[in-house]
Amino acid sequence: MRAAKLSNAELNDAARHYDGPYRPYDIVKEVCVCTGIVALIALVLTILFSSPDLPPSTIASWSRTMPTDFVTTALSELDGTSETATYGEPYNHQSGSVQKLWFIDLQKWLGVSHPVNAAYDFVIEPLRMIPDDPSLQSAVSAYKDAPAKTQNAWSTAYSNALAKASTKADGPVAVPHGNYGPVAPMMSSLLALAQSGGLDGDLLTSKQFFQTDYTKPLLFLEDGNVLSDRATYQNLQGSQWGMMNETGSYPGQVWLWLYTFWYQVQTGGLASSPNVDAIVLAIMLVLSLAFILIPFLPGIRSIPRYIPVYKLIWRDWYASTQAKRDTDPPAPRPPPGRAPATP
Amino acid sequence: MSSWTVRVREFGLRNLPPERLLPDSQPAYMTSAIYLFGALTISALVVIIGSGTILALKGPAWWHVASIGHFFNSIHLWSVELFFFFMVIHLWGKFWMAAWRGGRARVWMTGAVCFLVAVPCAFTGYLSQQNFDSQWIATQGKDGINSLGVGAFFNALNFGQMYSYHILLLPIAVVAIVALHILLVRRHGIVPPIPLADSAGAPAAE
Repeated sequence: MRAAKLSNAELNDAARHYDGPYRPYDIVKEVCVCTGIVALIALVLTILFSSPDLPPSTIASWSRTMPTDFVTTALSELDGTSETATYGEPYNHQSGSVQKLWFIDLQKWLGVSHPVNAAYDFVIEPLRMIPDDPSLQSAVSAYKDAPAKTQNAWSTAYSNALAKASTKADGPVAVPHGNYGPVAPMMSSLLALAQSGGLDGDLLTSKQFFQTDYTKPLLFLEDGNVLSDRATYQNLQGSQWGMMNETGSYPGQVWLWLYTFWYQVQTGGLASSPNVDAIVLAIMLVLSLAFILIPFLPGIRSIPRYIPVYKLIWRDWYASTQAKRDTDPPAPRPPPGRAPATP
Repeated sequence: MSSWTVRVREFGLRNLPPERLLPDSQPAYMTSAIYLFGALTISALVVIIGSGTILALKGPAWWHVASIGHFFNSIHLWSVELFFFFMVIHLWGKFWMAAWRGGRARVWMTGAVCFLVAVPCAFTGYLSQQNFDSQWIATQGKDGINSLGVGAFFNALNFGQMYSYHILLLPIAVVAIVALHILLVRRHGIVPPIPLADSAGAPAAE
């Protein structure tokens, strides 16, 4: 004879009470022993593997090892074509990296909270702070006072010349002669400032003595290739499941595997969508809410009943109660809604 | 009318009498090794807080220049990896037990929230390392954070802000949720086994 399956309400009620036997248990001892075991495992892992610590990239090291890339990036900041210059909120009012979900444009609605003017903050202001160089200050003034069309012509010419530039590490970038206006001396001076280490300090957001906000230097670094090249080598790019990877061969944030997974999905153009970050976050928010609310989700909450892993977990208990049932006389059937927890 | 103090004390004693808060016996069905993973998760959290406290006492740059600092950073890193490892097994175990039965939905929900709050707690730790990993994670993570407008008040590129979140605000949240979770477990007791009668017969009713 087959027993009828319990309804969810009956299953729920059956779990409210337990009238069966108990066994001795020392909760404090368990936690103390477990803490000792975990500390020991962490100690062994530390002795065997230590932890990664790749030195950070600085603007100084970037400009010394990749001077052409540095100047190319600085030029894109000056002419307003870099990622930061075109980003949008929360840095400026452009739209290059602004994402939205349907009509929900939270990024734009919450406005510019960390204002960044790429041309002024990354190029013009640092050059203005260089003392005792009147020819440089004249060049900066000439650039600022020139019409936009002229500025673009100088920048375009210099950008094209950078493709033919010759350079060596720690040295200046030499470009063929051309009509670059004040852009050439500005870029040369900025490169020299960066290679000396001065630009790292100049880009810190706060003008106070103590500094903790690295928004501007990090944005400038990100616009170049120095971080990206290192990340590719370390398998940290988004297309390399990099969000859950760590530098070297260490386990990273592996708990982000599902979050990272969505960036690999090409179906429907998700991974290449201009709104991919907003879409993936929205998906994860919905899944996170579902995760919290599993006890109330029909179907999902019944999966443990359809795939009875619980029989493995409680196999000893089921075996002992079955043996007891085989030797004891049958118990009276409990009233509805007050079923005992034991089978 | 009794005082607030008396009310709170009576509420506590009514819902969590000492013998239930610190029990010296448990139902006989609690025999599987899966039950250890909750305690192991808490233990990993203890090691995380201990090693993190030492790192905080010496400041965020210490572990880059002192070998003993690097040692405690490694302990911190591996205990975090163990914390998530144990917690995920604990969560899977509770899922397959359908541990939300018998009025224990809040126990499940606080456990799930604990996992979700622990994720940004670890994330801000990665941002606080002050090395290349921090630079890369900050510059890449900011796009997702900015895309929903959160970047307006949570700036992944601001080390000071991320460090504050990591060593104070989010750990307080994790510990508070873990404490609530444990109190709920003690209040409701561990979930009894699914009756074997449920494994036979017609499909389960929804």
